[in-house]
Amino acid sequence: MTAQAAAAITTGDGEFSLGKLEERDLRAQQRRSGIVNALRIAIFVAVIGTWEGAAATGWIDPFFFGRPSGVAHQIWEWVAEGTAQGSLWAQMAVTLEETVLGFLIGSVAGVVCGIALGRNRFLADVFSIYIKVANSIPRVVLGSIFIISLGLGMASKVALAVVMVFFVVFANAFQGVREADRAMIANAQILGASPWQVTTSVVIPSATSWILASLHVSFGFALVGAVVGEFLGAKRGIGLLISTAQGAFNANGVFAAMVILAVMALGAEFIITSIEDRLVRWKPAALNEPGA
Amino acid sequence: MNAAPAPAGAAAPAIEIIGVTRRFLTPEGTFNTAMRDFSMTVKRGEFVCVVGPTGCGKSTTLNLVTGLVTPSAGQVRVMGEPVTGIDRRVGFVFQSDALFPWRNVLDNVAAGPIYRGVAATHAEAKARAWLARVGLSDYETLYPHQLSGGMRKRVALAQTFINEPEILLLDEPFSALDVQTRTVMQDELLWLWSGTQASVVFVTHDLEEAVALADRVVVLTASPATVKTVHAIDLPRPRVMSEIRYEARFVEIARRIWDDLRAEVAIGQRHAIAVPSGAAP
Repeated sequence: MTAQAAAAITTGDGEFSLGKLEERDLRAQQRRSGIVNALRIAIFVAVIGTWEGAAATGWIDPFFFGRPSGVAHQIWEWVAEGTAQGSLWAQMAVTLEETVLGFLIGSVAGVVCGIALGRNRFLADVFSIYIKVANSIPRVVLGSIFIISLGLGMASKVALAVVMVFFVVFANAFQGVREADRAMIANAQILGASPWQVTTSVVIPSATSWILASLHVSFGFALVGAVVGEFLGAKRGIGLLISTAQGAFNANGVFAAMVILAVMALGAEFIITSIEDRLVRWKPAALNEPGA
Repeated sequence: MNAAPAPAGAAAPAIEIIGVTRRFLTPEGTFNTAMRDFSMTVKRGEFVCVVGPTGCGKSTTLNLVTGLVTPSAGQVRVMGEPVTGIDRRVGFVFQSDALFPWRNVLDNVAAGPIYRGVAATHAEAKARAWLARVGLSDYETLYPHQLSGGMRKRVALAQTFINEPEILLLDEPFSALDVQTRTVMQDELLWLWSGTQASVVFVTHDLEEAVALADRVVVLTASPATVKTVHAIDLPRPRVMSEIRYEARFVEIARRIWDDLRAEVAIGQRHAIAVPSGAAP
């Protein structure tokens, strides 16, 4: 790549031709990202390969632990022929709908309550004890109550997802409001902002990064809520797929459902990240992690 | 010192702080006296600097005028009227960076008029005019983190001046800047101020800054704060910050005030060592 030495690179300082040192830095940077990607692929191949190999040689029993080719075959079968409960897409749609609904309701409620309590010291002092108590209960247990009271349909799963999401988002929104800079609030007040304007134009924007951070985690929680809800009792959904596979001692089926859930979670993560990037464009670049 | 309040109306001084005592309730449930029997008057159009040792309650002086802090005893009057809340005629420049990091430069400057109900297009036009005045016209779409410390201070000044305050309060606004930028910003402030009739209270711990800027310098005692002495600064205006420090008259005044301040600084330092957390003694 000696051609690069002569190449003119445009930077903030204007054009210059690459010297030896810059050329070396550039090459080192390119090489590094190449190595990182190669290692990532290598680790994937090694783990899957070891698993497949161990299953093929009988070192582990594929009946209990599944095998990658079996998992892939299972997914293909579900895609091509559908599951015992109907087409795979329908199951994914059901779980996704429960998750998204639970996520939206839980996070909106969490944000609203967190901001309201964060802005009102008195309410915060009164309610803080109950929030601590509610937060310490393993909320998955509530799933049983929801199945009893709301039935086997979608409502009980959405309710569980809401409960899973609410407290995480609430705690973060509350903390974000509390961390809002005193001087910045005083500045807005003196510039002429009403209490409502202070909330909307200072407190909420400064809590945004806290809230967004919690949304990353809480989509996963919503998914857990929906799947556990389906697990406990449902007519459709990925969670039911898992419990059916479990009942049939189909280890590959459990892993296949896991893969599908992971794909769904990653897709949601990608969407949330791109929304976040739009919302916090004002932030210094150093604080925004470069996309890995 | 406990003069009777002047009558309200055109003749009233811009700011009167009359015999104010302020105690703060600490989280431990005890009371901390920040200022005791504090009296000070700022005439209309006057530039007053308040100097005092670290942690003596200089900022409390300003917060009394904004209405963010109410006195435990005594009275605070702005333009002859008692302070009851945040006064619209007051502008405040903070020590820390109080710009809104999620708004670009233009929106930061336009914030005041928009909060006060001015239409967005009108507020933006006004903000552009102020940005031109502080020399930041080319930076209106940038965010605060993309600016240097001096540029951020210019935005903060424009953000405050756009509301055309009759009373301008500054709380150690340039203390975080390097010495050269600080000198430039001091000139900038005096220039912006000269275009207004605003009365100014400028709090600083930097005695030279106080002497260079002010018509009068008020020296505070160590905590609890009260006025120790008041010095008139008879240096002619307009003043050039980079030159004024070397004038004989400046050095003479600064030395005289330092003689007053030195003892208080020593007491303040002892306090700071004895009570490291800043709690009540």
